[in-house]
Amino acid sequence: MTTQRTSGRRKQALAAAAVVAALLTTAACGGGDSDNGGSKNGAAGFDAANNKVAQASEAKKGGELKFASAQDADSWDTTRGYYGFMWNFSRYYSRQLVTNATEPGKAGAGVTPDLATGLAKVSDDGKTYTYTLRDGITWEDGKPITSKDIKYGIERVWAQDVLSGGPTYLKEVLDPKGEYQGPYKDKSKDKLGLKAIETPDDKTIVFKLPKANSDFEEMLALTSASPVRQDKDTKSKYGLHPFSSGPYKFQSYSPGKDLVLVRNTEWKQESDPIRKAYPDKISIKFFSNANDLDARLIAGDYDLDLAQTGMSPQGRTTALKQHKGNLDNPVSGYIRYAVFPQSVKPFDNEHCRKAVIYGADHVSLQTARGGPVAGGDIGTNMLPPSVPGSEGQKYDPYEMAGANKNGNVAKAKEELKACGKPNGFKTTIAVRNNKPVEVATAESLQASLKKVGITVDIDQYDGAQTPGIIGSPSNVKKKGYGIIIMGWGPDFPSVQGYGLPLWHSDYILDSGNNNYALIKDKTIDGLFDDYVNTLDDAGKEKIATEINHKVMEGGYYLPFVFEKFLNWRSSRLANVYTTDGYSGMYDFVNLGLKSTK
Amino acid sequence: MTAPLHEPTAEAAPSAAEEAAVAGAGSKAVQGRSLGRIAWERLKRDKLALTGGVVVLVLVAIALLAPLITHLVGQDPEAHHEDLIDPLFGTPIGSLGGISGDHLLGVEPVSGRDIFARIVYGARISLLVGFLSAIVAVVIGTILGILAGFFGGWVDSLISRIMDGLLAFPQLLFIIALVSVMPNEMLGLTGTGVRLFVMILVIGFFGWPYIGRVVRGQTLSMREREYVEAARSLGAGRFYILFKELLPNLVAPIIVYTTMMIPTNILTEAALSFLGVGVKPPTASWGQMLSSAIDYYDSDPMYMVIPGVAIFITVLAFNLFGDGVRDALDPKGSR
Repeated sequence: MTTQRTSGRRKQALAAAAVVAALLTTAACGGGDSDNGGSKNGAAGFDAANNKVAQASEAKKGGELKFASAQDADSWDTTRGYYGFMWNFSRYYSRQLVTNATEPGKAGAGVTPDLATGLAKVSDDGKTYTYTLRDGITWEDGKPITSKDIKYGIERVWAQDVLSGGPTYLKEVLDPKGEYQGPYKDKSKDKLGLKAIETPDDKTIVFKLPKANSDFEEMLALTSASPVRQDKDTKSKYGLHPFSSGPYKFQSYSPGKDLVLVRNTEWKQESDPIRKAYPDKISIKFFSNANDLDARLIAGDYDLDLAQTGMSPQGRTTALKQHKGNLDNPVSGYIRYAVFPQSVKPFDNEHCRKAVIYGADHVSLQTARGGPVAGGDIGTNMLPPSVPGSEGQKYDPYEMAGANKNGNVAKAKEELKACGKPNGFKTTIAVRNNKPVEVATAESLQASLKKVGITVDIDQYDGAQTPGIIGSPSNVKKKGYGIIIMGWGPDFPSVQGYGLPLWHSDYILDSGNNNYALIKDKTIDGLFDDYVNTLDDAGKEKIATEINHKVMEGGYYLPFVFEKFLNWRSSRLANVYTTDGYSGMYDFVNLGLKSTK
Repeated sequence: MTAPLHEPTAEAAPSAAEEAAVAGAGSKAVQGRSLGRIAWERLKRDKLALTGGVVVLVLVAIALLAPLITHLVGQDPEAHHEDLIDPLFGTPIGSLGGISGDHLLGVEPVSGRDIFARIVYGARISLLVGFLSAIVAVVIGTILGILAGFFGGWVDSLISRIMDGLLAFPQLLFIIALVSVMPNEMLGLTGTGVRLFVMILVIGFFGWPYIGRVVRGQTLSMREREYVEAARSLGAGRFYILFKELLPNLVAPIIVYTTMMIPTNILTEAALSFLGVGVKPPTASWGQMLSSAIDYYDSDPMYMVIPGVAIFITVLAFNLFGDGVRDALDPKGSR
């Protein structure tokens, strides 16, 4: 991150801290004097909850916490959900052996024990992980959660034919050869046939990895490692009513309309070191119109946006002008970028790829993303700031935030010459039609590339069909998509959790592909192999940095921004903070209300 | 607009514009031929219609001269001006959507493209689709309508049922579905070209039954008239009667319906572009501008107002002019 940015942050932090202090001393209803400051209604102030805890002391037990969302989860089944907000929200009704720390900012990305009494005892070769379970952990019917329930919950990841959609890291690490068939095809009587996990007794669980993986515990912190009880497993319908192991349980759920969680009376505070469980009731109301949703948030009818992907331009403007104290501006962990499939000519030639990188107007792309506040800082490389080993804007091999930020026509033409296309070429940008911001970036790219002689046609495809359209290399080649506009955030904050599906040659798939550039680089593959075997943090960071450099040097990607959001936090919320564990979202599980009515 | 009417009336020039006589008598050849002249006299007295006509002419001129006009004001419809955008809100700097000496109607949010230049270029798309799809509809509608009316029997039944079917067809949904499966390149066209071609054909195709019905009705009422009988008894062939005797008498209703159809087509184009299946970016279109203005209705209302007003003026002008032409061409119509 640049010094400029840090100092801006620091100023905001100071201002916000001052406001929080002022609020605490004047009993929550003075304030309002400072520009950045809280309003009469008690909002904590601009960025007051960004990477730090706002108004922790004001949280009261009870009340209804109201989420609003323009989008339902992909599934509420712990095995199947892949949306970031679903992982965050699922902590209300599910627990894992270990989970993200309930701390603001970077510390929130760390792993902390949840059902387990402590972090794993790892054998010296990094292949055996042993956990002991806590006492007093129970299901919503009062029965204890056993190591077998956890094993069964993890085994469900293998049943991809029935339970598709979720992350499959555990399957690939524990069973790389794909020998286990999944619990539904399991011939053993207890359906616990997976050999890589052992449950010597109800309180102990042992993971035996065929090959070490230094991020294994991060993978166990994912929602997909939640326990599921066999007699409550309704298979593909489980997402409609997951059986709770956390402080709240499902009361009602109508997909696309609303969801209500109420207290799980069997859950015991003393068995759970991380969840505060302040509200009595948690509800989500689903909206079909984002502008409507923002207006209702501003009106105070709801507390926060479930999706946590920033407000729409309209609501953002109103909020910034009138309710700045209710906004936070976290870095999301996502990078928004354009990627160049090497199968489409002339992008097989790295000089043609670099011509696009140099020809692009990075400030214009940033404006199209929403500007420095709502969009983010200009992206200069492919490792998000929240991932260990990232260098932020300090690593800027193409001077995208520096000398070339408005595009460098001369340099682009040089690259075109080196590519053998001195007069430019024609290509097509593929962009999702349901993301106006992405279409705006496509238009920006189109306008700046015109200046270097690259003529671009914009093809807007059905965003719901992404895996079959741009995720199919043969279709990409057929349609001639030389430039694909996408974004990616880490599943867990490591270079493996971010970059493996994007850059490793093994992850080039016929459908649902994410290695859009079709990178087949032995050096990069080798670095990932080294990474999983490296157990010390410094070594892991070094390899992450190296992978990032290799990817950037190949010119496969044109990053737009290190994304930032403007998220709404109602004046009723207390104990609010953003966490890198969930890509800069608020940590849902510990939100409280100031008043219980 | 009235020019084509004069052509077949070359030998009937002397018959003066005695309106009273025309209105009174319902007779054929002589008055029919001088109709154009009479209509023109009437139209000249209809100030509203004339205003509409002038506006239409101005719009056509703007569309034809778009490159010249934008060159004169020194703006390019596709050039970005991010320096004119407030990076915090994404809206133009300055009041009324960034209106200034350089940018007569302000600039677009986010990209900072000049709205005046985009409105001028947008007129091209609107009028092109409006006119060409009307022509497609008129050609198909006239031919099939006249055949149905003249031949009657199973020909009439068949064509009428097809028209009923098409009128009941959800054309907007059909076009949306069609555009999304269209290839990116066909017949030597790419991108926007393909979209325009498809839109014109499809809007025209779904518009012809409206003309077809009117033409069929008129033909039905005329085919038993004395002059047709006379021609027939003199041994005239079917196609002579169709195209030499009947068609000239259908010109008036066809013109009226065409002028009414153009604004409808312009609106359909705007609706399609609004829904994202119209022309492709960065080509400017009024409907697409309206659509992207939704996100800024509060923070930059001018962005929504300007293309809205452009569509409003265009449609109103065509409608006023069309109404005037109908009144002028229909001597029995109440005025």
